[in-house]
Amino acid sequence: MTIAEKILSAKSGRSAVTPGEIVEAYPDLVMSHTATWRSASVMQRVGATRLYDPDRLAIVLDHISPAKTEKYAADQQASRNFARQYGVGKFYDVDAGIAHLVLMEAGHVAPGDLIVGTDSHCTIYGSLGALGTGIGYTEVTSVWITGRLWMKVPESVRITLDGRFSTGVYSKDLMLYLIGTLGADGCSYKSVEFYGNAIPALSVSERMTMANLAMEMGVKCAFVPPDLKTAEYLQARLTDARPYQPVYADTDAVYLEQVDVNLAQLEPMVACPHEVENTKPIGEVAGTHIDQAFLGSCANAKYEDLVVAAGILKGRRVHPGVRLIVTPGSKKIMLEAMNSGVLQTLLEAGGMVTNPGCGACAGDGGMLADGEVCLSTANRNFLGRMGSGKSSIYLSSPATLAASAIEGAIADPRGFF
Amino acid sequence: MESIIQGRVFKFGDNINSDVIIPGRYLIYIDKERLGQHAFEMLGEGFGAKLRSFDILVAGRNFGCGSAREQAATAIQGLGVKAVVACSFARTFYRNAINDGLPIVECPALYPVVAEGDVIQIDLAAGKIHHAGREHTFPKMPDSVRQILELGGLAEYLKAQLADEAHRAREG
Repeated sequence: MTIAEKILSAKSGRSAVTPGEIVEAYPDLVMSHTATWRSASVMQRVGATRLYDPDRLAIVLDHISPAKTEKYAADQQASRNFARQYGVGKFYDVDAGIAHLVLMEAGHVAPGDLIVGTDSHCTIYGSLGALGTGIGYTEVTSVWITGRLWMKVPESVRITLDGRFSTGVYSKDLMLYLIGTLGADGCSYKSVEFYGNAIPALSVSERMTMANLAMEMGVKCAFVPPDLKTAEYLQARLTDARPYQPVYADTDAVYLEQVDVNLAQLEPMVACPHEVENTKPIGEVAGTHIDQAFLGSCANAKYEDLVVAAGILKGRRVHPGVRLIVTPGSKKIMLEAMNSGVLQTLLEAGGMVTNPGCGACAGDGGMLADGEVCLSTANRNFLGRMGSGKSSIYLSSPATLAASAIEGAIADPRGFF
Repeated sequence: MESIIQGRVFKFGDNINSDVIIPGRYLIYIDKERLGQHAFEMLGEGFGAKLRSFDILVAGRNFGCGSAREQAATAIQGLGVKAVVACSFARTFYRNAINDGLPIVECPALYPVVAEGDVIQIDLAAGKIHHAGREHTFPKMPDSVRQILELGGLAEYLKAQLADEAHRAREG
């Protein structure tokens, strides 16, 4: 069996499952973010008063935080009240950061876990070998009450990565290349597993970007099989010391498709408006004027991402025509960046730093006016996502973003090392 | 939910994402009417209002891709749309539509032959679409999933289950 097949069979009490089958699975964790109040209102509407297991809930108020209108304030109050009323211990308020990063940092995600949540980028948990996938808020309520949900066992795709990235090329570029090549539905309903001799050298942060962006190929889930780097990451964070069992595919596991990529042949990539699959090598878009640069989101606002951008910006200046907005992924990341001087570098170079959270990626601050162009390290460039329906969003790695903020136009980062 | 759905078709292309269906700034709402007022507004002023004169949306590949926002399905219902037929759906939209009581059908064969304004008839129970004297078949949903849709969505399904449990507890 593949990793997805193994996890789904374990969580549905079966000895084996096959793709296409529908199982009743019991997730280890149900994440809800700013949408929590909606799930709480459904709970009231259906007349339920008991949770299946409060310890399986995690709540992180990450979108539009702190509240920017009275309506958001009331919604967040309802989420807090719900957490208190039902004794939800894994509750993180508006200061914590982006749910996915907060939960992994806090040690709530372990290999082999099944995690569902009100966010499509739950696929990121696969960077630690957990099956993460997004569901709607009503379905979250259902899992809160019943402890389970129906899931279709996905077919699996194997992506093998060989070689090493050349300087200035990162896993974001790899993912934009894959999304552009395979398409926005290239892996629709599929589970993706990453293998190859390139994997051991990739940091956990780079793997998070991979599993996060895999969503933009339509995946149900994506996995980097756990290794020494995963164990190291978990050792420092699994504070509740719960036992976990990494899940690996069997040698005779069946894959629908095999994709091979040599990392050494990749160059910096950019996704052009208004679809993530609309990707181009940097050379074809270099020189495109930008008004705003957003270094943030669950895809690329981790500590390593900030370090990469600061490395390029150190001793240089952001172009006077560009607003560089930096939104660290979490409070922990922000503290680390503060202590190491990374935040100071970004500020001195002409950037601004906001509180941690989803920030401008979720339309919270950093909105775009008619005709404006934003280069972003996020995972979506959909029409109007950051403001006006007449604005444009391009996506890139943090390195390309930093180089472009300096130039005032999309720029190849390889000239900055 | 009715098993036979008939009406006029509006036709979309591929990869219609959930940000375009309902922008993030309106996720503070969960009611159909309010969400319907802002559905597809990124596609231009009056676009949503125009859609109100159609009954069924037909789309290409990967309809509903992107964000897991359930309100994408709610907003479409808020326009008075009765069903969506697509070559394929993104998985989160597929689940959300069922959970929201919005009938959805995967039928790639219809797409190339149907035009805006055409009238089609969907027979959900039989797994058939009638259009211009032709019949297209589609795979029926698993019974357990169809049951959720038939009750009008997951909230209604949960309510029925909880009532059933309470009833059994009283009887027992």
